[in-house]
Amino acid sequence: MELLELYVFVLAAFVGYMVISRVPPLLHTPLMAATNAISGISLVGSLIAAGGARNNVATILGFVAVVCATSNIIGGFLITDRMLRMFKSGSSAKSATAVEKGGTH
Amino acid sequence: MRDTLISGSYLLASVLFILGLRSLTRPDKARRGMQQAAVGMLFAVVGTLLNHTIVDYRWIAAGLVLGIIIGYPMGMWVPMTAMPQRIALSLTLSALAAALVGVAEFYTEITAGGVPTHVKMAALGFEVMLGMITVGGTIVAAGKLQEWITSKPVTYKGQNFVNAIFFLGIVGLLVYTIIDPTQQWAFYAMIGASFLFGILLVIPIGGADMPVVVALLNSYSGLASCATGFALGNVILIISGSLDGASGFILSVLMSKAMNRSFTNVLFGAFGGETVAISGKSSAGLTVRSISAEDAAIQLAYAQLVIVIPGYGMAVAQAQHAVRELSEMIEKRGGEVKFAVHPVAGRMPGHMNVLLAEANVPYDKLYDMDEVNGDFDRADVALVIGANDVVNPAARNDKSSPIYGMPILNADHAKTVIVLKRGMSAGFAGIENELFYDKRTSMLFGDAKSSLTALIGEIKNV
Repeated sequence: MELLELYVFVLAAFVGYMVISRVPPLLHTPLMAATNAISGISLVGSLIAAGGARNNVATILGFVAVVCATSNIIGGFLITDRMLRMFKSGSSAKSATAVEKGGTH
Repeated sequence: MRDTLISGSYLLASVLFILGLRSLTRPDKARRGMQQAAVGMLFAVVGTLLNHTIVDYRWIAAGLVLGIIIGYPMGMWVPMTAMPQRIALSLTLSALAAALVGVAEFYTEITAGGVPTHVKMAALGFEVMLGMITVGGTIVAAGKLQEWITSKPVTYKGQNFVNAIFFLGIVGLLVYTIIDPTQQWAFYAMIGASFLFGILLVIPIGGADMPVVVALLNSYSGLASCATGFALGNVILIISGSLDGASGFILSVLMSKAMNRSFTNVLFGAFGGETVAISGKSSAGLTVRSISAEDAAIQLAYAQLVIVIPGYGMAVAQAQHAVRELSEMIEKRGGEVKFAVHPVAGRMPGHMNVLLAEANVPYDKLYDMDEVNGDFDRADVALVIGANDVVNPAARNDKSSPIYGMPILNADHAKTVIVLKRGMSAGFAGIENELFYDKRTSMLFGDAKSSLTALIGEIKNV
């Protein structure tokens, strides 16, 4: 069982390396925000701790973890989207800044 | 049946996460890809809620609601200039979540009278250790970036010795808890020591080195989630954790390469802590030429090609909108404007790109160092805005300089250089910049934003 998990880990790290090393420096900040959002997946573990009704300590710690992870997911995906929305190519940016400042004098 | 549904949701989520990250290779596809990744996250969460060990949903519901209330402003209201500290704080949260889950798991197993297996204990130990180091480190990093704590390196005698003691102590406690998991004190002592170690590790690191540190802590927090996955036997945690870890690792390697420094040097070098002796070339006897906004505007107005080099000074002065306005005026007069972005400009990987994109500069005008360095030879003006070390020719010529070997932008190859700078203080590294004393360089002193506003006003009159 644990060996299988090790397989998953090595392969996922390999895929991650291949995919992420091709992200251009242009998008490195959105990349950090995106991986932060994805790291909110620790919510999965937090849910099990908070809802397991095993003992009060686990429930409370799990509850705090749920709060942390959820705010990361919500905040992370929203801010990534906000950033990516700003990146425009030359043609689409023109229309956005078409309002020109007044002429010469 | 239920288990199949859960596994299916995890598989779908993993695929969507990987595709989402893959979409980040193309700015025009990235938004859609990340929205799909968010859908993947929703599937994973709903799948988890089906888990049969979850019996009480009250705390979960409360946590989800509170998380949304905290997360929404963190996503929608934080200004782009505050992005580095925002990223650092979200690393704190994700590492804290991982560490707390680890503690809950350990406590539950011990109080139920069981003894965790050595393998499980190793996973829990790594999870909590990496998690708490990241929590301590990112809190300090966020504090420094927000300037709650001095962004200068804080050093004291024997610092590396103290850190080494802490490190060995933590490793010792970790090994001890793995060998004998019933020794609860060792597990809890390790938590405290890891947290302190995280703080001590980042305290001596200066503001300009933060890109490396934040990226490195990012990979720690990813590895902490990975360890959570091993401890709980949960595959999606392992997959997402290793994606996160890989991203942090790649970024920290890229950043330290762009500074020509090793990890060890960044972490233990406390660069710029003591005043760096300026070797050979002293600024004495050299003069700088200052220029009026009027004359600078004339140079810019008649230039064929202007290459703008933004630095942290642009972010501090919030001058990105003024930069965009100036570049549009130069273009209207027939000149070409390119933006040259050094990999470590600013306080986080890609910092300058985000600020300029926010100011509506189209991304096809933003160039990486390697793409643009050849163009400086035909540039009429290199306009340096609040950047210093990334254009210091000493990195090329002066073997005794602390930044020797760092790849730089070839601003000194341009026909003329105009530097927007607040005063003649040295850069972060405390090194004199001979570019400022060059015959072709003129300095326009003042706050970047007001200087740019003055330039925009003058260029209209040309």
